[in-house]
Amino acid sequence: MKVPLKWLKEYVDINLPPAEIARRLTMAGTEVSLQSLGGESWRGVVIGEIVAVEVHPNADRLRLVTVNLGVEEQTVVCGAPNLTAGDKIAFASVGTELIDGYSGKKAILKPAKIRGVTSCGMVCSEKELGISDSHEGIMVLPPEAPPGKPLADFLAEIVLDLEVTPNRPDLLSVIGVAREVAALTNQPLTLPEVEYEEPGSPIEEQVSVTIVDPDLCPRYCASLINGIKIGESPEWLKQRLLACGMRPINNIVDATNYVMLEYGQPLHGFDFDRIKGGKISVRRATKDEAIVTLDDAERKLDSNTLVIADSERVVAIAGVMGGANSEVSERTTSILLESANFNPASIHYTSHGLRLVSEASIRFERSIRPELTEPALKRATQLIIELAGGEAAKGIIDVYPGKKEQKKIRLRAGEVERLLGVKFSTEQIKDTLISLGFKAEKTTGEAEFIITSPYWRSDISIEADLVEEVARVIGYDAIPMTMLSSSLPQQDPEPMLDFKKEVKQVLAGYGFQEIIGYSLTSREVLEKALACTPLEPPPIRLSNTMTVDQEYLRTSLRGNLLTALATNLRHEEGAIRLFELGRIYLPRNNDLPEEPEYLCGIMSSEIEKAWPNQPQYLDFFSVKGVVESLLAKPGVSAGFKESNDSGMYPGRQAAVVVDKDELGVVGELNPKVAEAFDISQPVYLFEIDLSKLLPHTIGYKLYKPIARFPAVMRDIALVVDAKVTHRQVLEIIKGFPLVEKITLFDVYTGKQVPAGKKSLAYRISFQSKEHTLTDKEVDKVQQQILDKLADKLGAVLRA
Amino acid sequence: MSLLEQIGKLKEEALGELAEASGAKEIEAWRIRYLGKKSRLNDILRGLSNLLLDERKEVGAGANRLKAELEKSLSQKEQALSRKQIESAGEEYLDVSLPGRSLPVGRLHPVTQVIDEMSQIFISMGFQALEGPEVEWDYYNFEALNIPKEHPARDTMATLWVDYETDGGDRPMLLRTHTSPMQIRVMEKAQPPLRVVVPGKVYRYEATDATHIPMFFQIEGFAIDKNITMADLKGTLYEFSRRFFGRDRKVRFRCDYFPFVEPGVEMAIECAVCKGSGCRLCSNSGWIEILGAGMVHPKVLERVNIDPEVYSGFAFGMGIERIPMLRYGIDDIRLFYGSDLRFLRQF
Ligand SMILES: [Zn+2]
Repeated sequence: MKVPLKWLKEYVDINLPPAEIARRLTMAGTEVSLQSLGGESWRGVVIGEIVAVEVHPNADRLRLVTVNLGVEEQTVVCGAPNLTAGDKIAFASVGTELIDGYSGKKAILKPAKIRGVTSCGMVCSEKELGISDSHEGIMVLPPEAPPGKPLADFLAEIVLDLEVTPNRPDLLSVIGVAREVAALTNQPLTLPEVEYEEPGSPIEEQVSVTIVDPDLCPRYCASLINGIKIGESPEWLKQRLLACGMRPINNIVDATNYVMLEYGQPLHGFDFDRIKGGKISVRRATKDEAIVTLDDAERKLDSNTLVIADSERVVAIAGVMGGANSEVSERTTSILLESANFNPASIHYTSHGLRLVSEASIRFERSIRPELTEPALKRATQLIIELAGGEAAKGIIDVYPGKKEQKKIRLRAGEVERLLGVKFSTEQIKDTLISLGFKAEKTTGEAEFIITSPYWRSDISIEADLVEEVARVIGYDAIPMTMLSSSLPQQDPEPMLDFKKEVKQVLAGYGFQEIIGYSLTSREVLEKALACTPLEPPPIRLSNTMTVDQEYLRTSLRGNLLTALATNLRHEEGAIRLFELGRIYLPRNNDLPEEPEYLCGIMSSEIEKAWPNQPQYLDFFSVKGVVESLLAKPGVSAGFKESNDSGMYPGRQAAVVVDKDELGVVGELNPKVAEAFDISQPVYLFEIDLSKLLPHTIGYKLYKPIARFPAVMRDIALVVDAKVTHRQVLEIIKGFPLVEKITLFDVYTGKQVPAGKKSLAYRISFQSKEHTLTDKEVDKVQQQILDKLADKLGAVLRA
Repeated sequence: MSLLEQIGKLKEEALGELAEASGAKEIEAWRIRYLGKKSRLNDILRGLSNLLLDERKEVGAGANRLKAELEKSLSQKEQALSRKQIESAGEEYLDVSLPGRSLPVGRLHPVTQVIDEMSQIFISMGFQALEGPEVEWDYYNFEALNIPKEHPARDTMATLWVDYETDGGDRPMLLRTHTSPMQIRVMEKAQPPLRVVVPGKVYRYEATDATHIPMFFQIEGFAIDKNITMADLKGTLYEFSRRFFGRDRKVRFRCDYFPFVEPGVEMAIECAVCKGSGCRLCSNSGWIEILGAGMVHPKVLERVNIDPEVYSGFAFGMGIERIPMLRYGIDDIRLFYGSDLRFLRQF
């Protein structure tokens, strides 16, 4: 909401600097920035008159516009379609600082050659001048604007630009802001005096209004003015509308817009001669009804839409926009002026359903009070008579089925203190509320009031609302700062948070960079990453998305990591190690999805070739080692077994198994998948379901005493069939007494062993808890081990 | 010459030669000659068993004494030599500017780092960190937080809806637009006193540009008990700011509106660039908005069966990405989730 300071001063004395007014409003709940229209920011902008408009010789959509600038004429290229000769416009010459209509940033205007025609200067839109966000067309100035004069002399103004929160529709009005300023600066408020003659015949004889659906329309007021003359509005009115970012249209529309800005009550003027039967009915639309609105668009309606209809057809979408069929035109002589109140939820539903947001709908959907309709109607009627002549019919229509008794709220000074942590005197509380227009009655209770809120406030319904009113006007700075002093709550540990932190830190220690990717992805990326169609489980789809890239919730982290790897390989040499720890989303029937925490890491193939490191190539065991070390940290020992993941290289992958739970996969990425992401080198990947892993990391551990007697080391080298696994050997050796630790230190295939065989070399550590072992004892066990290995696996000692 | 005399002579000879020896090679040769397997001393020791008992005792003791003495002298000589070597090492040439054998360096994402840092501050004030679902029911995200259907506050949080059909009834599912649904989830299960912080991802239906992305992080916090006041809200958040942004950073609390708190609060910190005098970064206000907060709305408490006449509490919610953006002067929020190592390695 833009409020010109000059206009505000009509209702409240302002004897503080504008910046201080802006600060107080901001602190009290409505952010205000000061805009200075004109002055320095419009240096170089002058008023011009369009002399001629021609089509650009090389571009049908562009125009060559010749502008009279008082002493000279200039021809510039212009893209706007709404210009005709005789229009007064704002002209910026080269060197002027303007706001770029597309980027919104300030830029110095330079000469430009557009399709072969040089353009020195520019005809400005409202956005380029910083008046409004409208960049649709050129700003057309009132005809009185004198060509050649600086625009600032004609339009300069200080404007308060308010960011009004959804609970304060009363601040979408100049009087509302004046009330707030009056309370915040301790100044009295002056409201416009409304008085006009009603020489016409009684309105009830000419118009009838029926509210068919009172649940959506609590009140409908209307006045009728006959014999008006449509014309342009006077200069002061146009300038005010412009300063507020609205375009002047004609005296009737301008008057209704002006009163909406002044009072916050939207009004609508119908051409009464086009209202069939002089009958207005406020009802829900029927299924097949449609209407062409003032913006020339045809709108299909449904039975949830509230409309204004005459005896034959829909003439307006209630509270959103009027219809073209009853629009005020140059030939209009009678105005039926509507000032009504509509159900906020209904207006919100309609305006969003039709994607039609208007100044009216913004106010109605924020809930304004029905009491406001009557004063605003009278004020607008007076203004129309003033601007367009005519005679008001006697009286007004006022159908008010939704009239309610004033709500009374109890306010205890103790409650103010309980919520704010500071004690204000009952006098201070009362005076503050009265300054905002509340009524405060003392009750029999001590330090207690019964409060009635003023008719312009729709946001006050409970005691806490009143506490906020008191606090924000006195100022939040008056509330002290204390630390929580209540007793510390019990806590139930959530181990996942700590576990995630630990996993991330360990991986960073291994040289992996953490990335965070979007949870939103496309079906295509998931299919590519998992090499799997159809996807199982199917990913969850969103019903509204900005782009197809973000239509689904991810069921795997692989897509993000592979995309990230491909992106980085374009500018990185050598090894890249990335990981992401985040959720995937798995659908469940009739419930929210499951959101397990997943960990995925990738390594690209090669350590950087740079002195002094030797290039190292990765293989299955590099990535398996990462997983083993990672799991060793929380004390989990994992098994690995052959797996069959379609995204991974067949035969170079393994499932990660902990206590029979399959928790993930590790190995080399399927080269087809890498290729689909434009990666040409081998990629190693691991993926672990942390939600499943977590329970295995928790549990009681028993301390194991440190051995008091020395260990005896023995090295054995075995020759076995190539198919015999390390795990098989390990299982056998582990089963013998005194074996404390087994370390594999060499795996060999080649010339020195027979074909189809391999050599495995182990260092076995023997130890006793009771005594120092003798060679004899160790020899005996070692022989038993070798016998059993020979028996079960055909292992022989390597010569 | 008796064996004892031989031992005496051997000693003289050996120590004399050792004194002359310089360099590791000569010393090693000396060791082999006098202490090695084929040395004269070893011969004497090996021949002891052939001697008569008395002589064996005398010669044995003498030979072993000599062996010990020679070993001791050898070790002294070696130490002296190595000291000399270290002293003269400065004359060797080592190009210390050559790169070292590097270990790979991994880092945590800047957002992870900021969340950890913030959580830790609140945890130290007795808050417990919890997480909640990112895919939510409309009920928890809006309805229970005093934002019914057709409430204009819904427009300020453009929502991504899940394509989902329930077996019966209208139960819309969405991607949470803020972390506040956890207020309801926690209070449904636990009774006051409560102090909780909830970091997590949130989502908005928004076109991507330098300041908007469809997914970002927030941290939510709330404290509920008897006699919790807005003074506690201010004190707690000021303490957070003091620890996180530094003790000299001014803070400002102003009135703001959020449907699930009353009174509502916005906290801003002084703009670090202009120190409050106004600049482009702070749109000339001198302040940078950091978080929204307020006293938990009585209707929200009633909804979870906590009596607002007995209990009160405050809640706050803060966007995460803004903080590193301000701290490091990052002007494009998309960089956080673009996974470019040239960006991520800087934190
Ligand atoms: Zn600044």
